[in-house]
Formats: sequence, C-alpha cells, structure tokens
Amino acid sequence: MAGAEGDDSLYPIAVLIDELRNEDVQLRLNSIKKLSTIALALGVERTRTELLPFLTDTIYDEDEVLLALAEQLGSFTVLVGGPEFVHCLLPPLESLATVEETVVRDKAVDSLRKISQEHSPVDLEVHFVPLVKRLASGDWFTSRTSACGLFSVCYPRVSSTVKAEIRQHFRTLCSDDTPMVRRAAASKLGEFAKVLELDYVKSDIIPLFTALASDEQDSVRLLAVEAGVSIATLLPQEDLEALVMPTLRQAAEDKSWRVRYMVADKFSELQKAVGPEITKNDLVPAFQNLLKDCEAEVRAAAANKVKVFCENLPEDSRETIIMTHILPCVKELVSDTNQHVKSALASVIMGLSTILGKDNTVEHLLPLFLAQLKDECPEVRLNIISNLDCVNEVIGIRQLSQSLLPAIVELAEDAKWRVRLAIIEYMPLLAGQLGVEFFDEKLNSLCMAWLIDHVYAIREAATCNLMKLVEKFGAEWAQNTIVPKVLGMANDSNYLHRMTTLFCINALSEACGQEITTKHMLPVVLKMSTDQVANVRFNVAKSLQKIGPVLESSALQAEVKPVLEKLSTDQDMDVKYFALEAISVLALA
Amino acid sequence: MSSAATTPPSVDKVDGFSRKSVRKAKQKRSQSSSQFRSQGKPIELTPLPLLKDVSAQEQPELFLKKLQQCCAVFDFMDTLSDLKMKEYKRSTLNELVDYVTVSRGYLTEQAYPEVVKMVSYNIFRTLPPSDSNEFDPEEDEPTLEASWPHLQLVYEFFIRFLESQEFQPSIAKKYIDQKFVLQLLELFDSEDPRERDYLKTVLHRIYGKFLGLRAFIRKQINNIFLRFVYETEHFNGVAELLEILGSIINGFALPLKAEHKQFLVKVLIPLHTVRSLSLFHAQLAYCIVQFLEKDPALTEPVIRGLLKFWPKTCSQKEVMFLGELEEILDVIEPTQFVKIQEPLFKQISRCVSSPHFQVAERALYYWNNEYIMSLIEENSNVILPIMFASLYRISKEHWNPAIVALVYNVLKAFMEMNSTLFDELTSTYKSDRQREKKKEKEREELWKRLEDLELKRSLQTDGIIPT
Repeated sequence: MAGAEGDDSLYPIAVLIDELRNEDVQLRLNSIKKLSTIALALGVERTRTELLPFLTDTIYDEDEVLLALAEQLGSFTVLVGGPEFVHCLLPPLESLATVEETVVRDKAVDSLRKISQEHSPVDLEVHFVPLVKRLASGDWFTSRTSACGLFSVCYPRVSSTVKAEIRQHFRTLCSDDTPMVRRAAASKLGEFAKVLELDYVKSDIIPLFTALASDEQDSVRLLAVEAGVSIATLLPQEDLEALVMPTLRQAAEDKSWRVRYMVADKFSELQKAVGPEITKNDLVPAFQNLLKDCEAEVRAAAANKVKVFCENLPEDSRETIIMTHILPCVKELVSDTNQHVKSALASVIMGLSTILGKDNTVEHLLPLFLAQLKDECPEVRLNIISNLDCVNEVIGIRQLSQSLLPAIVELAEDAKWRVRLAIIEYMPLLAGQLGVEFFDEKLNSLCMAWLIDHVYAIREAATCNLMKLVEKFGAEWAQNTIVPKVLGMANDSNYLHRMTTLFCINALSEACGQEITTKHMLPVVLKMSTDQVANVRFNVAKSLQKIGPVLESSALQAEVKPVLEKLSTDQDMDVKYFALEAISVLALA
Repeated sequence: MSSAATTPPSVDKVDGFSRKSVRKAKQKRSQSSSQFRSQGKPIELTPLPLLKDVSAQEQPELFLKKLQQCCAVFDFMDTLSDLKMKEYKRSTLNELVDYVTVSRGYLTEQAYPEVVKMVSYNIFRTLPPSDSNEFDPEEDEPTLEASWPHLQLVYEFFIRFLESQEFQPSIAKKYIDQKFVLQLLELFDSEDPRERDYLKTVLHRIYGKFLGLRAFIRKQINNIFLRFVYETEHFNGVAELLEILGSIINGFALPLKAEHKQFLVKVLIPLHTVRSLSLFHAQLAYCIVQFLEKDPALTEPVIRGLLKFWPKTCSQKEVMFLGELEEILDVIEPTQFVKIQEPLFKQISRCVSSPHFQVAERALYYWNNEYIMSLIEENSNVILPIMFASLYRISKEHWNPAIVALVYNVLKAFMEMNSTLFDELTSTYKSDRQREKKKEKEREELWKRLEDLELKRSLQTDGIIPT
C-alpha cells in the first residue's frame, strides 16, 4: 500500500467532511459519488478510523445520497487497505441495509454480497455472519428483509454449526408475520436452496416452499412459484413427484390470477426442470388449462410460451401431444376476445410450423395463420408478418401470398403511423421471400407511396427501405423501377417531396453505383441547387457531400465544385454553412 | 402562452400515442371478478315464501334458508344468463335487508355462521387485473363492478346486521376473525369507488365492535401501506383506509404507544412520497394533524420527515406539502416551532424563490396567516437572516409580477418587525454574496486538487492499487 497515505495539510478531514455535509443535496450527492477520491486523499488508515465512523454515524440523509453511498461502499475494499480490513465496511452498510427505501436497501445488500466474497472464512464468521444474524432478528421489517438476501452468500463458506444457525434464521424469516419479509424470503428461497446440501434441501427447503406456496397473500405465493422451479432443478427425478409437484399443481390452479400468471410465465423453465415424464403427465394438462384460463393476462402469458413448450416436448410423443392437446387450445385462442392474447399467440404461432412439418402446417396451421392475417387488430397481423420466415422454410411463402397481400396493403395504409412504420420495416424481408416479380407487381407502388407520407418518420423509413431493396434486387432493377420515380419527385410542387428525392439519393447512391449516380442522379441534384426553398438548397449541399465519393472525379471537379461554390455565397446562412462544409469534406477548395 | 390556442389543429390526428383523452372514449367499462367466468351451467334456486308470510317460529329457519340461497353467485358479465334467478336473488336480498333492520329475535346463534358465509361467498373474490396498465385514477374512469346490483345489497345487509341491536360481537367473533378481516382489507383495492365506500363503513363497524381485532387491523393496514409505498405504488383504497385511521387516531389514549408513533413516522410520513399523493392527501394530512394535536412533541419528527421527502421535481406535490405544513403550523406550539424553525424556513425560503409561481405564491401566503406571522415575529432574528437573501433576490428578478408584489409585502413586514436587523442584512447583502462566491471557488479548487491526486495515484499504481 505504498504511496496510499494522504497528506494532512492538504486535505484535513474536516474540509472533506464538510463537503459530505453540504447543505445543497446536489453538492452532497456529488461529493458522495466521489467518495473514493476523498478516501484516496485521506489514505487507508484515516479512511478506516475517521471517514467510515463518520459515514456510519451520519446516515440520516436523502435516499438518493444514501443510494450513492451504498453503491460506493461495495467497491471500497482497496481504499480501506484490502481484504484484511474489509470488515470495517460492514457498519455503514449494516445501517444502510435497514433503511426504508427499497432501492437503497437493495443496493446495500448488493454491496454486502459483493464484499462478503472478500472476507476470509474466519472474518466471515467473526464479522459478517453476526451482522446477518443481527439483521435477521431486527425489530423493523426492513432489516429482516435485507437479511434474506445475505444467507446464500455466507452459507457455503462457514462451519457446520454456523450453517445450522443460518438455516434456522432463514426458517424463521419464512414464517415472519409481515408479508414484506415473507416475500423477501420467498424470492430468495431458490437461491438459498442452491447452496444447501441436498439432504437439507429435502428436510428444510421443501417444507418452507410448501408453506410459502400456500401463504394467505397471493404476493407471497407467486414468488414461491419461481423458487419451486429452482428447487425442482436441484432434486433427483424420483423425488420431484412427491416433493414439489403437489405444490406446483396447486399453484397452476391457484384462485389468484397473479399466481397462475406466474406459473404461465415460468412455464418453460418449469418444463426443463421437471423433465419429460412429468411434462407429459402433468404439465400438458396444466398448460391446456392456462391456455383456457378465465383471465386474459394468464392466457396471454401462456400463449407466449406455446412454441417453446412444444419445442421442448419429448420427441417420441411431441407430434401427438401437439395435435391432440395443444392445437385445439391454440385454435380457440386465434379467436380470443382479448387482443393481447391474440397478439401474444401471433408472435409465436408461426414457429409451430417447423415443429409440425409441411403436411400438418398446410392442413392445420395455415388456416390459423390466414385467420390471424385478417384479424381486426393490426398488432396481430404484424406479428404474423414479422415471423413469415419460419413458414417460408417449411412450406414456402407462396401458399400465403394471396392472403398476405390484402393484409400488407391494409397495414400499409393503417391510420396509425407506428403501424405503417412497422410494416415498412418488414418490407425487405417480404421482398426477399416473395421474389422480385411479385414485388414489382404488388408492392412497389406501396413503397413509393410511403415516400410521400405526411409523417416524416415514415418518409425516412421508406427511404431506408428503398436502399435495402436495391441491395437485394441490384442496381439494374433500381434503375428500371425506382430511380425514375424518385427523380420525378424532384419537380413536385411540395418542397418536402423534393427533399425526399434528395434523401433517397443519399441513401441509394452507394447501392446504385457510380454510373447511375453520375449519369442520372447528379444532374437532378445539381438542378435543385437553384430551388427557391433554402432547406432544399442546403440539402443539395449535404447530398453532394454525401454522394461525392461515389461520383467520377471529373464530374466532381467540373460539375459539383462550381455549384457548391455558388451555394457558398448563398444569402441563407445555413446553405452557406453546409456548402462550405461539403467543399472542405470533398477537398474541393 | 396563448399562441398555442391559435395554432391550427395538427393534420395528422391519428398517431400511435394513445392519448389519455382518446382512451377515455372507450371507457365506462365494467368488470367482474375472475372466478365467475368459466361457470357454464345455469343456477336454479327454488323460490321460497316471503318471511312475513310465515309464522314467527318459522322465520329463523326460513331466514337461514334464504341466506343459503343467496350464497349462489351469478355471472354478471353475461347479461343474458340466469335473468330470472338474478332477479329472484335481488328481491331476496332486499327482503333480507329489510328483515334485519326491523325484525326482533331473528338472530339465533346458528344465524351468525350463515350470515358470514353468505357475505364471504359474495364479496370475497380475487379482483381481476386492471384493464390498463397505467391506470391513472385522476384521469381514467374507474372500472365498475358488474355484479353491483347484488353486491350492494349484500354490503347493505351486512352493515345492517353489524349495526343491529341484537348483534353480539362475542358470538360473531368466532366467524369474523383475522382471516375474514384480511380478505376484507384486500377488497379495498377494488376499482369501484362505490364498493370501497361500503367497505369503509364495514371495516369501521368491525373495528368499533371487535376489540380483539383492533391491533390486527392496524397492523394489516400498516402492511398494506408499506407495500404500497415501497413495492407497488398501486392500491385503490388508500384514501378510504386513511379516513378510517383518522377516526381511529382520534380515539388513541394518551400517552401514545410506541407502536402508534412508529406508524406515524415510518408509515404515514413515507406515504407522502407516492406519486399518486393527490388522491389521498387530504385524508393523510388530517391523520398527521390528528397525531400532532394528540402529542405536540411529535411535531419535530413529522416536520423533519416532510422536509426529507420534500418533492424535488413535482410542483403540484410541493403545493400540497406547503398546504399540509400550514395545517401543521396552525396547531404548532411555540416551543416546538423553535426546534424546527431553521430547517423549516430554509425550505420555505427555497419555495418562495421557486420559478413555479404557484409554489412561490403558496409559500408566501403563510405571511397572511396571523398565527404563523406571530411565530415569525417572535423569532425574526433567526428567520429573517434565512429568508432575506431569497426575498431580496426575488424582489428583483422573479418573472411573475404577482409574486414580486407579495414579496414586497413580506419584506415590508420584516422591516417593521425588526428594522435594525433588516438594515444590517441589506447592507451586508452584497458582501455576503461575494463571500459565498469565494467559498464556491474554494470548493471547486479543492475538488480539482483531489482529482489531480487521484489521477496521479492511478498513474503511479497503473490503475490498480496493490492489495
């Protein structure tokens, strides 16, 4: 630690502490955020003997300051002199872990977890574990809540007697009489189970899990679901049925929709944890029920899992289970009354085609895709369209193209611009899959229409879309189909449309290459330099700067340079600015 | 600011943002609890004779039968199903309401469990998810309970039962227990204000009649509030619960128990931090003032608590805080005032100089309050130096002329109060500002030196200090 001693005369502690006490919260906050600098100035010795006691004593402050402090202390070990002194960070963090404000407390617990790893096993038992015990038996719920997050970090590294005490404390907190503490315990149950010896998982954790999963408060029960998943991964297969399944089954049928929602939300993890046999016997019927739940929230959460659930079914019976048990529920969801449910389904349903193969897809899934493509809710249609690639691989998109077109056209003209924006983003994908002929015939006019949309974001996206199309279909295609239309807009009476021409040229020049850019685009840009609207003129300057590198160098000197020079004497300030910028970037000066 | 009104409406009326006002149009929804929906089969109830049509001896028996019938719960989301039976239950409930109000000798011991069972079957249910995630109680219409035609009568019946002269808490406490109360409290999250209103009365009656449940009820309300403040920020019945608490606090015996003080400091004060404060602020402020009227010694922790949670960015909340503070100052004892005047007036001085004129105005109104004025006058030697700089500055540079005028009045009042100190402060104003600036510069230099040091250190040790 050579060179880590502070200089008394330069940085008297009083001055530094004054900074930490400044009346202005913002200044106080700034000082706390630079606490490491202060500690550095003081040196490790005085940080331990003066700064930390001060911090421990004056912990009544604004939560924002406390949050910064809690965070700082987590990486303070070197500043107090390394691991052998790390325990002197415990007192201030202990106080912070009892604060009411959740963010502060959580951050203090994070920091405590972090520095626990820097304790030697002896220090852990001498300093850290007593702190955990104090917190666990604190009067106010906040300290007990914080304690819940600290058991798992010290358990693996202490003696068996201390381990027994830790387990006892955790048990007590699981039956705490305030629901806040029980929630904290339930949320850490899985993590704690992971560090316990298997025998104790069975003898200690299982009863706690069962109790928390039948708590009177649904907010506790739902957290137990997540713990149940972690616990299931720890147990050998033969114990699952007796030890966790009864509780999980009960959770899937809980009277509170929040608990059922949690089960649906964790379904894939659960499926992985319990293995194929239990999945077949238990999870399939449970999943069916969740898909048919009376609450839309639960159905939507389950619908989201349809694909992953089916994918992970045991291979030998996958198809039968899907066809006889899952698909009938999926069919019903297609005409669900709630749009979130339908849209959740639409985001995954296409994935089933790869699992079921061509024949089943054509016979059973295709009608569902088509129905969703006609759904009244745009989000549902969009979700189907955005996942077309899955189907393309299996049956080819042609099967869908007849229904696809009206759906796309309708979305393209949707009154909400965000919907239009979303469909534009899928255009390159669609174009690639439908092929150039279909595109030219049916979709090209849409792409051009977006260029004159009255929302800027749409025009911008349309421009970018054209670029991607050219990358896909090539320069020749561009020259024949889109370039003439884009250039035609340069004569439009609306200056916004004229500017769109420039934006398109910016985007397309590189993809179209030197010849098209020089021969076809450049003359149009140059002609626009005399536009009466200044915004158009300075965009000409910007465009020239952009396409300059693509042009033939002779054109650059002979045609671009004089125009830019003229623009640089424009009466409009911005035009001048951008013209000069272009000249310097293109090195035409 | 008036130019906004003259700009033509935007051409693109339909955009992707769901404006609250747009959403409102499709509202006036109703909802039903989640348990009903999947019941498929129709419910059959065999009509029973009216209670008044049978002899007095037969009435208790028939009363029980009717209670049992009313346990059947109907699906009101399906407006066409079971119409006859719904009407039958409605009239039966009406009859029961009348019966418990006027009859004597009907309350046999066997009736208690049946009444509680019927009430439980009807009112206890899992509340369905809120329709919009960002439900804003101030803007959005609440979702109304679809089964209200029955639910209202059940609540009505239960209240009459609890208020009936024959009602004996000693028997009822076997059935109206902690679990019952817990479920009742959960219902306060109902979005339907009509239901919460009934619940308020029910809980109040239970608190009044069941002494054994009082501590439990208080503790559970405690938990609901703590969860509301620190975990979810969502609970619809906070105002109603506070209203009940207001009268509970009123009845606390003196000296106050530690439990009650803890509730004030650790629960009621943090309730001020919640975003939706405006929905229950009046009730909350009432509770706080009740506490202070009981025990003036609590003034200091309360005011310090409010100062700690003083809103930094929400002017609307700041105005509420100032309102509450004035209510507190109205009842403050001069000895308590002295204890907190310094931090308090530092905050008030910040409010007075707020660029938001409503905040400044609200703070300046304190000088129209005679009692507060008398307190300021008594302590002008402490308060005036705290306030002076802000007042002096605003009088020169606040954008709002009304505020400037108010500030002049305040300065005038101070001048009359303590002209020597006032003159002194005026003459040192400039040098004080300069001293502050100098101090500010020193701070900056200190930090610069500290940062240089840090840089040097990290160069020396190549970024990592050896351990």
